Amino acid sequence: MRWLSCYLTNGVHWSFYASFLKVLALLAVTAPVALGFGFVGAMAARSHVPPVSWLGKGYIAIVRGVPDIAFFMFFVIALDQAFEWTRHKILCPDWTDPIRQGNDFLVCQAAKLPLGSAPEWVHETYGFFLAVITFSIVFGAFAANVLFGGMRAVPHAQLETAEAYGMSRRQTFWKILVPQMWVYALPGLSNLWMVLIKATPLLFLLGVEDIVYWARELGGTKTSKFTQYPHGDWRMWYFLFLLIFYLGMTRVSEIGLEKLMRRLSHGQATAGGELLRKETTA
Amino acid sequence: MSCIQTIQDYGLRSIGIGERLLPKTDFTLCEQFTLIGSGMIWNVYFGVMALATGFFLATALAVGKASPNKWVRKPAEWFIFLFRGSPLFIQFFFAYFFFLSLKKTYPMFDAFTSAWLGALIVLFLNTAAYSGEIFYGALRSIPKGDIEAADAYGMSGWSRFRRIVWPTMLRLAWPAYTNEAIFLFHATTLVFFSAFPAWQQRGDALYYASYFADKTFNPFVPYPILAFYFILLTLVIVGGFGLVNKHLNRHLPAAKKSKMRFRLNLAR
Repeated sequence: MRWLSCYLTNGVHWSFYASFLKVLALLAVTAPVALGFGFVGAMAARSHVPPVSWLGKGYIAIVRGVPDIAFFMFFVIALDQAFEWTRHKILCPDWTDPIRQGNDFLVCQAAKLPLGSAPEWVHETYGFFLAVITFSIVFGAFAANVLFGGMRAVPHAQLETAEAYGMSRRQTFWKILVPQMWVYALPGLSNLWMVLIKATPLLFLLGVEDIVYWARELGGTKTSKFTQYPHGDWRMWYFLFLLIFYLGMTRVSEIGLEKLMRRLSHGQATAGGELLRKETTA
Repeated sequence: MSCIQTIQDYGLRSIGIGERLLPKTDFTLCEQFTLIGSGMIWNVYFGVMALATGFFLATALAVGKASPNKWVRKPAEWFIFLFRGSPLFIQFFFAYFFFLSLKKTYPMFDAFTSAWLGALIVLFLNTAAYSGEIFYGALRSIPKGDIEAADAYGMSGWSRFRRIVWPTMLRLAWPAYTNEAIFLFHATTLVFFSAFPAWQQRGDALYYASYFADKTFNPFVPYPILAFYFILLTLVIVGGFGLVNKHLNRHLPAAKKSKMRFRLNLAR
């Protein structure tokens, strides 16, 4: 027992625990950003200008047909290259060699991201930053799909009434449509939140040292040569712990979302809202 | 080397037939198309096998979860929660290391640590849980009148389930089940990126796509090819499941036939 408590608090384990924070940070950052992407995407899909609407609809459609892992692996490299390419064009305008030389992607030293001389933490943060953008793009498309559906579910009479009151299109959108669409979008969004939670271990594939990385590292067989705490192959137990961690996250989210749904249903013209009204008046 | 030659060499590379060494330099478009397509064999294998076996367990789980008996209901509920509540990626990892430690004590578990069986079991259990939940939802929305009519005809127990409940459940669940099938095929790309090793570089489509992306440092060719294959696969699934849907709904009057609408709600 003593051994275990020492083992579980040694240096590398703190990195393991810190990686849980990384996952939570990813969730905390990605969720609002993806929601923002989704909102813009849904607005674009609703637009009356055809090219904008095609753009929005295309964005929604393309992410659905293809496995999300493929997108993750694609965007991480693609975004990195896009950033470096842009910097290369701005910072080294007199560079004449082509950027793609056979199998290499060459940019000038000053355009490297992060700079070769940058400290370790900058590299890690940059990797994390890329991961956040990738997650946001992919989940933004999913969110756009859900929000687009939510916007269309708002009863049309509401919008007509707004028009009858002399509201402009912009006013109708912000004052009538947006406040009401959430309750219709929430089931889809909560599903999305669950999917997002369950997608976080994919951080590992993006090269971030996340919980999967550490569970593999720490669980592997250790001999007394390298550590004071030799043990056999414990990776199974580490992953069992991760499994339980995720189950806990799911359960907590389920309960939280249930509460949120209840609050949002207040005073809405839906079955849920009607139920609440009866509960309070009875 | 002509493209036919490449297809002969690499067309079945993912199952170990043909050229042993993967191309190392000067990748042609043809090589990328062939190898990634060859990898799709694994995706189709995992998807089809998991769906075919998972279907039966899913039916059992749905009936179990709807059962009034606590001893049947609780295990089904827990099973579904366990597999739907945790990431598939972690499930793969856990299963692999679990089988690995089983193998140490019982050598007969050797096959379980290779992808073709080990990963298939995980996918089978996973899709059974997701489809079980879908079927359960459908089971609860079977029109009351149908069951009452069955009772009036003197049907009960097995024959009522076989002739009334089950077909109706399938009919109601089918659009959502199609959705689940699509996402299951997408999920098969995770196999070789979790712990399961791609023995002799026999991997799935994403494995080869990322191989090319790593070698050429150019993601703009292999991933669109992969996307092309998956969109094709998705269309095939939608078509195939659409035919089944037509068959399931064939007795309904034409006006009431619900057109299959794919609201691709994310399953995972």
